[in-house]
Amino acid sequence: MPPPNIQLDDQGHLKHFLTLEGLSRELLIKILDKTEGFLGVARQAVKKVPLCRGKTVANLFFETSTRTRTTFELAAKRLSADVLTLNIAASSTSKGETLLDTLRNLEAMHVDMFVVRHAESGAAHFIAQHVAPGVSVINAGDGRHSHPTQGMLDMFTIRRHKGDFSRLTVAIVGDILHSRVARSQLAALRTLGAGEVRIIAPRTLLPAEPESLGARVFHDLREGVRDADVVIMLRLQRERMRGAMLPSEHEYFQLFGLTEERLATAKPDAIVMHPGPINRGVEMDSQVADGPRSVILEQVSNGIAVRMAVMALCIGTQNRLAQVDAHD
Amino acid sequence: MTETTLGTPAGPAPGLAPSIALGNLPSLPPGIASGEVAGRLSIRHGRLIDPANGIDALLDLHIADGKVLAVGEAPAGFAPDRVLDATGQVVCPGFIDLCARLREPGQEHKGTIASETAAAAAGGITSLCCPPDTAPIIDTPAVAQLITRTAKQAGKARVVPAGALTHGLAGEQLSEMATLRQAGCAVMCQAERPIINTQVLRRAMEYAATFGLTVIMRPENPFLRDNGCAHEGRISARLGLPGIPEAAETVALARDLEVAKQTGARVHFRALSCARSLEKLAAAQARGIAVSADVSAHQLILTEDDLEGFNSQCHLNPPLRTAADRDALREAVRTGLVSAVCSDHQPHEPDAKLAPFPSTAPGMAALETLLPLLLRLVAAGVLDLPTAIARVTSGPAAILGLPLGNLAPGQAADLCVFDPEAKWRVGPKTWLSQGRNTPFWGERFKGRVTWTLLGGQIVHERRR
Repeated sequence: MPPPNIQLDDQGHLKHFLTLEGLSRELLIKILDKTEGFLGVARQAVKKVPLCRGKTVANLFFETSTRTRTTFELAAKRLSADVLTLNIAASSTSKGETLLDTLRNLEAMHVDMFVVRHAESGAAHFIAQHVAPGVSVINAGDGRHSHPTQGMLDMFTIRRHKGDFSRLTVAIVGDILHSRVARSQLAALRTLGAGEVRIIAPRTLLPAEPESLGARVFHDLREGVRDADVVIMLRLQRERMRGAMLPSEHEYFQLFGLTEERLATAKPDAIVMHPGPINRGVEMDSQVADGPRSVILEQVSNGIAVRMAVMALCIGTQNRLAQVDAHD
Repeated sequence: MTETTLGTPAGPAPGLAPSIALGNLPSLPPGIASGEVAGRLSIRHGRLIDPANGIDALLDLHIADGKVLAVGEAPAGFAPDRVLDATGQVVCPGFIDLCARLREPGQEHKGTIASETAAAAAGGITSLCCPPDTAPIIDTPAVAQLITRTAKQAGKARVVPAGALTHGLAGEQLSEMATLRQAGCAVMCQAERPIINTQVLRRAMEYAATFGLTVIMRPENPFLRDNGCAHEGRISARLGLPGIPEAAETVALARDLEVAKQTGARVHFRALSCARSLEKLAAAQARGIAVSADVSAHQLILTEDDLEGFNSQCHLNPPLRTAADRDALREAVRTGLVSAVCSDHQPHEPDAKLAPFPSTAPGMAALETLLPLLLRLVAAGVLDLPTAIARVTSGPAAILGLPLGNLAPGQAADLCVFDPEAKWRVGPKTWLSQGRNTPFWGERFKGRVTWTLLGGQIVHERRR
């Protein structure tokens, strides 16, 4: 028997946002639609809406990040929440405090939402299982497992450019094995019914049974991007050379680096995406990264709106649950 | 074939006399606190299942002086002090568990010899073998004797310490195996620690073979295991958990089988987890290599799918593998290719499982679920009851080379009487182990121990 989905309350509303697995197509579309509404906030003179006024959001970053942390911070501030950002990678845990103790201490400060980034798969689930009722957990990346707001901002970006998912061919290139971003994208693309999803990587950067993730596997970049509508490049960590996963950055770029020339087999209007930060000359050359088909910076802007949508949905669910409690 | 100074061949096969007699090894490890007198007992109207003697019948059993006195009719004039009515129940040898961590010495916050042997008795287990990875490690007679002495004081189960195969389990220098054997270590074992240098492994097996000592190996290649925490497959791919490939087991197994063949050592493989390992084991046995194997009971029930939702109680080592692997393990237990089923008991304090999945400690507390898990297999038609009982009695007894798991007259009266129909729930009211780390917490089971007897003494009696 599968365990109940702890992300949802008993009405099926979003309480935590941990993974895109197990969320319905309707819910994903609801998040995308809500994101559209928040895009305009950034263009207002006063970039704020009062949806989370009086709420406290704690960003718990057990692993360093710049982009994700700052966009979450901005998203919370634009929703009028009070924001606390803790870079725990360098503090409590090095003093031997357990994750649960760190959590209990912050809970004592009456935080309403935790945004968590952690180096281990399952960390966000663990925290969601142990927070007090009434507190939401948003996964900002756990190990290799999931990075659901990144997955959704990628889906949002694709939808803005391409519309209907069912007619699209999406190619994801690079280190699938270690990528929480790829796992979230694959889960979302499966649920949204993308026409064809491909993963392109050497065998060393693919998980066991890669087809089980709902994608066709390619080892040749030109073949893999042929007629693609969307090409998503993943970041390659330098550690992969040391772990005997790859011989060199040079050979990787020769085979899997995206250039204008290799992009020629894709559809003429194909878009190129990357979750950032880019290793120029490793995953792709600058010509592509800065070229007309690149939507990489747009992804960053969309990230704020997606994170606002998810936070607003979770806080909305908690408010509703609190009202039900008050009537009981 | 190697020759010893005595000119007798090293004994690769079980049952052959060791090349060098080691003198006063106690035929039975101490079980019961000295000074107590075991009374006379009759167990009546039960279904007696004694696989070692091919018995499965409604037969009474009579006990005197800590030993089985008679099976069937009581000897003329026998007047028992107590009669146990086992109507509707199964009477069988007490279970023998080849791998149970008691956590003492060194990790008493997880369990103690007293707490865990009490749990064993409640689970019908009368003898258990504890791996040498205690702190300090069982590589000196003092540690082995500390364990057997403490177990004797607790008086709940016979504890057979496994001696470290290498000094400090470091895989570099041989342990004093002959001395450890004399201190009560029936087998030598490397626990979960690797021996990277194959020459050291070869020498360790040769040296063990010199004395006819059985070597227990848990085959795992540390490089292929790496930082893995789940079976490398469909589920680990989706959950993003670092995987442990089948090859981590099969590569190590292939090496160890060849070294066993080379040295003539009697080698037992612990906790095989995948179908490909079973193929290798069967092929080796067909070649006449003296090897045997066991599986952990939970590997016959759970699969990788049970990790869903990052259930840290299913963080186990070796990892839960596919349903196909589980089915192959079941079949191997049925045919006897795998001759023993263990609990692989690993109690933990609650905090050990309260962390993100990869940081949690692997292992489950399992002494008290060994019997009900086997009975689930019986209910599912995988095993018949006598076969299930054989895998936890006569099977492991043969591997340890100790006169246990046998209810012939004259044998120690180590018995388990259980009610196969009794329903119970795993929870604080029923659980004795200090470790509550089990994925079966809160589950309902059928089959519960009524009495456990150790050397004719009742060491566990179910409260009604």
